Amino acid sequence: MHEKAAVEVAGLVKRYGRTAAVDGLDLTVGHGSVTAVLGPNGAGKTTTVETCEGYRRPDDGTVRVLGLDPRADAAALRPRVGVMLQSGGVYPGVRAEEMLRHVARLHAHPLDVGALVERLGLGACGRTPYRRLSGGQQRRLALALAVVGRPEVVFLDEPTAGLDVQARRATWELVRELRADGVTCVLTTHFMDEAEELADAVAIVDAGRVIARGTPDELCRGGAENSLRFTGRPGLDLDSLLKALPPRTTAAEVAPGAYRLHGTVDPQLIATVTSWCAQNGVLPDRIAVERHTLEDVFLELTGKELRS
Amino acid sequence: MSGVSTGGYAPAPGAAPVGRMIAAQALLELRMALRHGEQLLLTVVIPTLLLVLFSAVDVVDVPPGPGGRVDFVAPGVLALAVLSTAFTGQAIATGFERRYGVLKRLGATPLPRWGLMTAKTAAVVGVIVLQVVLLGAVALALGWAPRGDPLAVALLLLLGTAACSGLGLLMAGTLRAEATLAAANLVFVLLLLGGGVVVPLERFPDAVRGVLEVLPVTALSDGLRAVLQGGAGVPWGEAGVLAAWAALALAAAARFFRWE
Repeated sequence: MHEKAAVEVAGLVKRYGRTAAVDGLDLTVGHGSVTAVLGPNGAGKTTTVETCEGYRRPDDGTVRVLGLDPRADAAALRPRVGVMLQSGGVYPGVRAEEMLRHVARLHAHPLDVGALVERLGLGACGRTPYRRLSGGQQRRLALALAVVGRPEVVFLDEPTAGLDVQARRATWELVRELRADGVTCVLTTHFMDEAEELADAVAIVDAGRVIARGTPDELCRGGAENSLRFTGRPGLDLDSLLKALPPRTTAAEVAPGAYRLHGTVDPQLIATVTSWCAQNGVLPDRIAVERHTLEDVFLELTGKELRS
Repeated sequence: MSGVSTGGYAPAPGAAPVGRMIAAQALLELRMALRHGEQLLLTVVIPTLLLVLFSAVDVVDVPPGPGGRVDFVAPGVLALAVLSTAFTGQAIATGFERRYGVLKRLGATPLPRWGLMTAKTAAVVGVIVLQVVLLGAVALALGWAPRGDPLAVALLLLLGTAACSGLGLLMAGTLRAEATLAAANLVFVLLLLGGGVVVPLERFPDAVRGVLEVLPVTALSDGLRAVLQGGAGVPWGEAGVLAAWAALALAAAARFFRWE
């Protein structure tokens, strides 16, 4: 295992007819990390992941998983990669635990099926045919199928779509445990909080390209403009404050005595504001930085809502 | 936000030995086939009813030959059993597995595609063995007196299974699941009536007969009848027709089958 990255996608292009679902996408996933591919429906997330899984042949660019070509080296790669499809993949008539035991049997050193069933809360429906499972139970079974073979890399395509809050938390917890045990996780999602909570690295995808990447912190700090709020006595002379601040900062008294600054909020800006307050004999009360969320980042980058 | 390392998920990838994978897959496919109510109607109930009805009641005149009515009907019903499992049942099941992404998902497991196809074939052969045992027992109870060489019967059943499997997989791998469902049932009914299964081919006009005789199920029922009723050796003409169908259909299925 001398390859640099667990997953390396470079210049990936995938067309369906005349439309390019993926249009020059680059993605690097470090070993043992959790990477979230975030974007709206139709952004090219599933196509990218399915190319990594060997289901799609790239029209251009290269894809390497664990240093191998997902199509040419499929036989060598399949035991090492866990796959959770966005939907389906299971016989309608098979029982939940029966399917899990079956896929376990296809691997050399599978996880303990009973423990995994309990871990994902599938114990009560272990003998239920797949078609009668709830949507959430079907998702959890698909997740169990992805990890039961003890893979090095798992691709989870929208692992928490349709799950209730409790089941979502359970899925997140499992992903964290996978990472703690050294499993590389690539997941697609259109939930901001999921990416913020789980991911070491986030790639924001829109129209088949990565339009921003970084840790959730970097992304929220980076291009995004944050706000600083404080309260003080009404009628402060904000013009003299703005003279001390970087040019593109704005300030407003949004209610009597309630002030909001908008701009790149960094430690320097806060120091400038508080020293200006000290010079003017103002005690800045309830001073607070309002961080932007990934949702804001996405909106700023694309001009549209993530979940339309 | 950092998870607790339990050690339980530490990677330990590896494929099971290929023989074990295929055996596991074949047993799963067999359980699925036997669990499926509609399929059992097709593979067990209909052939058994036809066997009993056409043997006991004078619905159609059977051509003169050794033995009673059951000796004419039983070989045709065995051919129908092969058709129901290898063609109709397999086409419908595989079509819906493709539609539901089962084939896609299994493609991501260590089980190679040829292993999946081998397992499916093994499951089909398993169901046909059960059908032959069951229908044979019913026929014997009705007074059936089979003749001929059991190996010739096995050869014909095997070639017939290969031909019907190839056609079923070709249909499942190229059409939409709903189209496969409709077409596979239609073909089943048409071949039940026109394939020499229970209605003697002599009943059809000569022009039609020429076409019907080269259908796989006709070749299978005629071949089985030549051995089981007529006591003949291997009927090479019918065996050749079945082998040709098998070769063509399996090659076309291998060429045109789409997994998603």
